[in-house]
Amino acid sequence: MVAPVDPADPAGAAADAPPDVARPGGWAAHRWKWLLCAPALTVLILAASGPLLIVVVYSFLTPGTLGGVTWEFSTDAWFRVFFRRDIFDPDVVTWNTSHLAIFWRSISLSLQTTLLCAILGFPTAWFIATRPPHTRTIWLFLITIPFWTNLLIRTFAIQEMIRNNGTINTLLQGLGLIDGPIQMMFTDFAVLVGMAYVFLPLMVLPLYAAMDKMDFRLVEAGYDLYASRLMVLWHVILPQVKPGFIAGSILVFIPAIGAYVTPRVLGGGRTMMLGNLIALQFGQGRNWPLGAALAMLMLIVVVGALIFYLRTVGRNDGERRV
Amino acid sequence: MSSAAPEKGFSVRRLPGFGAVAVFTFAMLYLPIVILVFFSFNAGPSQAVWEGFSLQWYEAAFQNRQVRDVSLRSLGLALTAASIATVLATLAALGTTRVGRFPGQTMIYALINQPLMVPEIVTGIALLIFVAAIKVQTGYDGMGYLVAAHTAFCIPFAYLSIRARLETLDPALESAAADLYASPAQAFRYITLPLLVPGILAGFMLSFVISLDTVVITEFVKSAGQDTLPTYMLGQLRRGVTPEMNAIATLFLALSVMIVTAFFLITRTRGR
Repeated sequence: MVAPVDPADPAGAAADAPPDVARPGGWAAHRWKWLLCAPALTVLILAASGPLLIVVVYSFLTPGTLGGVTWEFSTDAWFRVFFRRDIFDPDVVTWNTSHLAIFWRSISLSLQTTLLCAILGFPTAWFIATRPPHTRTIWLFLITIPFWTNLLIRTFAIQEMIRNNGTINTLLQGLGLIDGPIQMMFTDFAVLVGMAYVFLPLMVLPLYAAMDKMDFRLVEAGYDLYASRLMVLWHVILPQVKPGFIAGSILVFIPAIGAYVTPRVLGGGRTMMLGNLIALQFGQGRNWPLGAALAMLMLIVVVGALIFYLRTVGRNDGERRV
Repeated sequence: MSSAAPEKGFSVRRLPGFGAVAVFTFAMLYLPIVILVFFSFNAGPSQAVWEGFSLQWYEAAFQNRQVRDVSLRSLGLALTAASIATVLATLAALGTTRVGRFPGQTMIYALINQPLMVPEIVTGIALLIFVAAIKVQTGYDGMGYLVAAHTAFCIPFAYLSIRARLETLDPALESAAADLYASPAQAFRYITLPLLVPGILAGFMLSFVISLDTVVITEFVKSAGQDTLPTYMLGQLRRGVTPEMNAIATLFLALSVMIVTAFFLITRTRGR
């Protein structure tokens, strides 16, 4: 048995125990670890994980007339996520095409954002990885700074660039290149540009991490064997940075599918994404169960992407070890 | 391995066109922010035509009572939430780092990292539902909800920073203290805690920035009259933009950049 531990002082006691050796004594021996985590876990369960379980429950209830719910079991919300009943003949069931259109836009815009980030991010990460070591930190810092600054402010900055009397249109009109402003705000294009702008660092950082570990001797060997630059890029470099690509793609795709602020500010009502559709149910829509069901759907997509990521990266590691 | 390549006319590290795309990307990353800051000092209301230097939009922002209120609320909320999150995350990091495996560890990790994985909008509406139910039961509609929501959201960021620092500490230091007859409390107070300070500081700063940045969760949790700066800005963006917003955005941008720079400097010294 381990000597009784002073809960106010775990670290000293922890130092005595050899790490990574499971000590006998079951729960009692580990109680102080749990006690130290308890305050944080309480807050997390109350203000993060617990409410998520309530969302599951709410998605199976009946909407109240003025928002909220009445406590009657119903699968209607989940039904409405995909289908709708005819107003005059409830037996006629059709696909809920307006919802499907929004799902499609969310997925399509998220994939496009991921692709755009990959196209811009790969050369950028390569550029950073091939700088001399002492300047690399500075370039990395420059990539990270926008990431930690307010997302709303960055979206606002994009809005200033692309709105009708914003920087780009005023500049083009001043140069006489266009007569009237090009409508960029409130389009899918605006949402795409905004999301790529906001999430780009999430692609660059894992790509850089993969390139940093890359073996440049293999690149050299490729050139020695008379490969062209394109062949080296395709057969030598890309296979080595593939895990970084997958990580970056998932890291961009997940916040993109969950985006709310960017489509709200740059997209307007006609270019809604899933996040905005969820929010709508808790505002004007006044259908909390439907909103809850849609939120669960979003969570399922995100968890699916995470599982895909863990499996592919796990498999890649396995391949390398063999 | 990488430094072995000699510098010749032909470099294996060069890929044609990549440099240009990278420079373009960096320019695109900073151009909108630079323009935003630049035109906050514009004498005229335009975002594209320079009419001379002026601080009038900053004056207007400072004189706007609502802006003052929401800014102070944001700062107060960020300070409170980041402080609580840092304390809780420090305890949790001490309980889970360098202690070997123990039952339930995976569950603790999952709970701590959960806010990072769930989209903010989902957390937002989940809290909206939960808070609405509590409000009906208790009638309380103060800032407590926002503090709890922000704290929970900040914990993983604080935890990861503090844990990263803790992992680099050599357990032999504490053993040495014990050998010299320090009580466990003394070893923690005089050895572990001082060495942990940079990690705690970094965790606090990251949490502070995250709380300042959080808009979606705040939007769904806040009661009437509890606008923070981001939710206030979000509301204003719909009504049309004035350069006053540029001025406010610039000030908050400057604050964030300063904190993040300090964070980098603190965490960089860790490696040495």
